[in-house]
Amino acid sequence: MANKLINQLGLPKSIANIFAARNIITAKAALSLTEFELMELLDVGMTEVTFAMAHISEVVCPPCQTALLLMEQRVRNESLAGHLPTRLKGLDEALCGGIPFGVLTELVGPPGIGKTQFCLKLSLLASLPVNCGGLEGRVIYIDVESKFSSKRLIEIGTKSFPEIFHKKGMAQEMAGRIMILRPTSLSEFAESLHRIKVSLLQQQVKLLIIDSMAALVLGEHDSGASRQQALGWHVSFIKSLAEFSRIPIVLTNQVRSQIGDESLMYSFQARSHSTKEDTPVTFDSHLVAALGINWAHAVTIRLVLESKSGQRFIKLAKSPISPPLAFPFNITASGIVLLDDNGIEMKGPEINNIHCQGLSLRFLVIRSVECILSEHKNFFGKIKP
Amino acid sequence: MEIGMLPISASKRGKLLAAGYTTLHSIATTSITHLATDIEVSESEALEILNFATRNSALERSSGSNTNVIQGGQTAWDMLNEERFSSSITTSCADLDNILGGGINCKEVTEIGGVPGIGKTQIGIQLAVNVQIPLDYGGLGGKAIYIDTEGSFMVERVLQIAEACIEDMSEYSHHFHKDNQAYGVKMHPNSILENIFYFRVCSYTEQIALVNYLDKFVTEHKDVKIIIIDSVTFHFRQDFEDMALRTRLLGEMSLKLMKLAKNFSLAVVMLNQVTTKHVEGSFQLTLALGDSWSHSCTNRIILYWNGDERHAYIDKSPSLKSASAPYSVTSRGIRNSTSSSKRIKMV
Repeated sequence: MANKLINQLGLPKSIANIFAARNIITAKAALSLTEFELMELLDVGMTEVTFAMAHISEVVCPPCQTALLLMEQRVRNESLAGHLPTRLKGLDEALCGGIPFGVLTELVGPPGIGKTQFCLKLSLLASLPVNCGGLEGRVIYIDVESKFSSKRLIEIGTKSFPEIFHKKGMAQEMAGRIMILRPTSLSEFAESLHRIKVSLLQQQVKLLIIDSMAALVLGEHDSGASRQQALGWHVSFIKSLAEFSRIPIVLTNQVRSQIGDESLMYSFQARSHSTKEDTPVTFDSHLVAALGINWAHAVTIRLVLESKSGQRFIKLAKSPISPPLAFPFNITASGIVLLDDNGIEMKGPEINNIHCQGLSLRFLVIRSVECILSEHKNFFGKIKP
Repeated sequence: MEIGMLPISASKRGKLLAAGYTTLHSIATTSITHLATDIEVSESEALEILNFATRNSALERSSGSNTNVIQGGQTAWDMLNEERFSSSITTSCADLDNILGGGINCKEVTEIGGVPGIGKTQIGIQLAVNVQIPLDYGGLGGKAIYIDTEGSFMVERVLQIAEACIEDMSEYSHHFHKDNQAYGVKMHPNSILENIFYFRVCSYTEQIALVNYLDKFVTEHKDVKIIIIDSVTFHFRQDFEDMALRTRLLGEMSLKLMKLAKNFSLAVVMLNQVTTKHVEGSFQLTLALGDSWSHSCTNRIILYWNGDERHAYIDKSPSLKSASAPYSVTSRGIRNSTSSSKRIKMV
């Protein structure tokens, strides 16, 4: 929209020529200057500038809809008004039907907790025929750490949907709808995103999974501004992809340890805090999601997977449509299974903390080694999970 | 130099100076034909310059006398009378409304910021619904514009909040008008959804273009009483190499929004994200977009976690006292906090 050429916007010839003479060709270039700067640059009066900018703005500005229109469109055109059911009853209820279309859903947790298992199950669910509760579409699975296991996928399928998978040729058809890409660098990933955008509508892609986002970004840049900028661009692009195609996009993220004992505060809090007595320092070590606070703002739904006292939980840490619930779960042959559909309501910012207590040490060591090895996969060759 | 204040092109200004017109008074006292020949422009252009000059010098002449009203100004007494009748939009949380002096005020720009998940979008959606509460129930009976830059506007949630609002209104009318059947609430959740105008903005240029266009839009839809921008930060945080340009663009945008708020008597609510800044040896949380932006809005509210409770703190306001109030996000929307501890904390 913003890249429209000024001479095609229907402005009176005289003013359009003045813009062109000063090398302001696109609407974006005109809108990237304040009106005062334009007045100086184009050497015209304020009234002309205001008139021209009002005209350009009206053309570039996005169309107006009403909330009612949005709802009706979704109810009419999309399955379950725009949700992909996860088949986990409690979670689906909390999410008003399932993973929502058009927004980013993040899965974050320590290694080995079950993020990839969840992603495998989701890819299967999206490829199922509509009469079985699926989206009957293709899935693009971006597998950065080479964790995708087609054997495990088929196992989940046969155990969860035996009536479908035992039919001849169904397993092949389901698995045939899942396309796996393995970019080795952030720039390769960006390229594949562009290609994905083109084929999204043509190829009936109904789900995009990026496993994991953290591995892509953290491997490349040194920490700081350049990483934030690269991440920022990719996040914007993925978000616009989600919206324009109205598909669910699921991304996984890693964890890192909490820096320091105190959580960050605002300046007005710091002032009142210093007058109170020192609160006892807690030794509850926990982790936080990687990729920073910008990323935390950018995702719409954040599902935290953690292990507390040996029991795994999946928590709705950030969701505009759900209460803050935590569901205990286990991983079985048929994928993730909730132990309680009611969920425990969690109060406060506690829901954002990620615990890693009780996962068997041996299991953790194996998974961590796999993560390290996959980063150096060029050296060690392809690793089978 | 006074000539520099005229909103005309730089070359015309240069010609005025070259012809010897250094003060506005000198332009105002000359005739159109003289001006036109002196600076070699057409008579209509000379007339335009003359109009600008006389308007400005009229301001100078009347600054001494009390009885002349300066064009565009207002006395403080008139403003006080106006403010008495100025309206505010409830947030559905009584504690929060109290520290805000009744609710989010019309004719003002309010910035609300906080960490992810604290409830910014929730408050935005609640306000978009509450502005529609009919006059009979103490509301404004207006419409809302919701500008979504992040895609966080979820229609399912708007429906939940709209239904809860209608239920609350029914309960209220039951209580106070038990005998009068005519006070039954006739609103339907769909009509609430229909009165929220939604714009999805995908880049900063679209955001700027939309703010420019709002003047025309609100002129055509005079019953819009609130504009919510969720969030104003997102597109300005990525790919801006020239930070000075960003500051100028943001400044211009906020001026336009203030003008909208004042001219059309509506409320503008801008939702902002947080970032960390290094202060006195430690990291602190602060609202995004920098220090110059923090001057751009009339009121600034920070949402934060206080233990397990959500609180709102008035960080900056010309008329409200710095205070903090608890609130909660429930399935019905923003409501009072359920804890029984002491409510409002004056800071």
